[in-house]
Amino acid sequence: MGNTALWMFLGFVAMTLVITYFSAKKSTGSSAYFAANRRITGWQNGLAVAGDYMSAASFLGIAGMIAFNGYDGFMYSVGFLVAYLTVLIIVAEPLRNAGKYTMADVLAYRLKPRPVRAMASLSTLTVSIFYMIAQMVGAGTLVRQLLPGVSYEMAVIGVGVLMVVYVVFGGMLATTWVQIIKAVLLMSGSFFLSILVMSKFNFSLGNFFQAVSAVTFTGADGVPVTRNFLTPGLLFKNPLDQISLGLALVFGTAGLPHILIRFYTVPDAKTARTSVVWAMILIGLFYIMTTFFGFGAASLLGPDHLKLHGGTNMAAPELARFLGGEVFFAFISAVAFATILAVVAGLTISASTSFAHDFFTNVIHHGKEHRPGEEVRVARITAFVVGAAAIVIAIVLGPAVNVAFLVGLAFAVAASANLPVIVFSLFWKRFNTTGAVCGLAVGLLSSIVLILISPDFMKQPLFPLKNPGIVSIPLGFLGAFLGALFTREPEAEAKYAELSVRANTGLGAEKATAE
Amino acid sequence: MASDDRKFPRGPTPQDDAPKDVAPLSPMGSPLHERSAAGGVDVSTWERIAGADEFKALLKAKRRFIIPATIFFILYYFALPYLVGYHTAFMQRKVWGEMNLAYLFALSQFFMAWVLAAIYVAVAAGWDRRAAGLIKRFER
Repeated sequence: MGNTALWMFLGFVAMTLVITYFSAKKSTGSSAYFAANRRITGWQNGLAVAGDYMSAASFLGIAGMIAFNGYDGFMYSVGFLVAYLTVLIIVAEPLRNAGKYTMADVLAYRLKPRPVRAMASLSTLTVSIFYMIAQMVGAGTLVRQLLPGVSYEMAVIGVGVLMVVYVVFGGMLATTWVQIIKAVLLMSGSFFLSILVMSKFNFSLGNFFQAVSAVTFTGADGVPVTRNFLTPGLLFKNPLDQISLGLALVFGTAGLPHILIRFYTVPDAKTARTSVVWAMILIGLFYIMTTFFGFGAASLLGPDHLKLHGGTNMAAPELARFLGGEVFFAFISAVAFATILAVVAGLTISASTSFAHDFFTNVIHHGKEHRPGEEVRVARITAFVVGAAAIVIAIVLGPAVNVAFLVGLAFAVAASANLPVIVFSLFWKRFNTTGAVCGLAVGLLSSIVLILISPDFMKQPLFPLKNPGIVSIPLGFLGAFLGALFTREPEAEAKYAELSVRANTGLGAEKATAE
Repeated sequence: MASDDRKFPRGPTPQDDAPKDVAPLSPMGSPLHERSAAGGVDVSTWERIAGADEFKALLKAKRRFIIPATIFFILYYFALPYLVGYHTAFMQRKVWGEMNLAYLFALSQFFMAWVLAAIYVAVAAGWDRRAAGLIKRFER
């Protein structure tokens, strides 16, 4: 049985390696390597954004959370989609118009490039690497359950080597196609799973919700209890926890570097907009489908059965086994791998692009490339180093590490450090370098410190909430605001006209390049 | 990529893959700030566009949509955790069969996001036309 899953997974890997081979031939210049020549179309980029975003945490994690906690798990689904309104309305188009390869390009436009890029690169690397380690640890633990015989270490090394191959050889073009294929697989897998669930209820929503409203499982004291899984509050006891998480999701997505760099792969801001809309359609449909396979796992299998068969993360694959037999189980397992691979590839390229473009070329070398192709070479080496480091860290931390906290940290840092600075630099003329550095530093530090003293980390937490967003996001905005208020930078104000014209009209924006 | 560019240069910018914080020259002519660097156009061209009435009107139109839309979706979204967290009994009210208000409101968020995105796309198409008109006028 494990073999079917393995073969399907190998099929996916073979397909992506072929794509990487052809992409490698094209990925020669900087624009080709970092931004796929800016020739990705709207719907392609929409699929890729969706593929970059819907991680194993969304697919397996949310399915499991709904299967065990009902309604509260579905709350995650909602936040993940609404977050894209921030991306669509506030960030995507100005970013595409005024930037080149990274989020920091927009900040460096009118602020002093070196301090701003150094800080932005630090926060990009923090977000990407923490998120990546979470994915790798997830991959490792998952593989042990899906493919008996493959150890945690082997799985981590396998995922790490593949992501390095995609990024080092194929650059952004290969990464994009890996994400597109994954998105198609994930959407179709979820669709079939949902259809099969509904077939058990004769395609009647009434029957379905009837079953969901009375799920029986063994309570903490060993006595069977029946709960209405549509009732809120089975997981979140403190409503502030949910609000804080919502803030981190809604403001963090628009600050996730691996999502933002996707908008540089399209020809212009208008296509960037189209691609967000495509992504929103796909991501929305996917998260609505979590209703069917999440609640479906709760009512058809029940938490007791799932606890005996792999726990939270295995709700979706176990449901597939129950509904469609071993072959479908294998398919859903392979989709879960593909999901992890596509996300880690996106994270690797965002980390290596930021290091090569922001830190190496612009901070160390003052924006000059000493030899042609140097920037791409540095990015390739960085991707290799990042991949190796992620493998080592994921193995050292081991399967027991708390993955949720790593992902929470990534979103919190993105929301508290990156977003305030992006928004101020685009929309506030008076904003300056001190404000940007303060905002990034305060957002980064406050989210890390608050997570370190949160219930995820301390027995007697000094900070009561699992997600720091509700405190750290206002702190990030405040840091950026006060930093700018107490200093003046006439040069930054003088260049605001240029940034504003560029961001709002697309005049002088980076164009697509020939292949 | 590089070999094609050498045969058919699209503009006088050398295609050497060196990072430049400027766009390569397009067939329409160089971006304005590059022309000014080359000594042709006045450095203040960006300011002239920024000061143009059409540009100010465009910014105002954008603000008039973006700010209320953002406030709306933030309020609509955070109403969900707020109502679910602090008015749980009310949200458990059954609306249709077993389907309760809490689930319906959560589901409505998806449609809210899609509808708002569709409205945004329609409105932004108008901004595109205005921006294109502006560029044409100043890029001559």
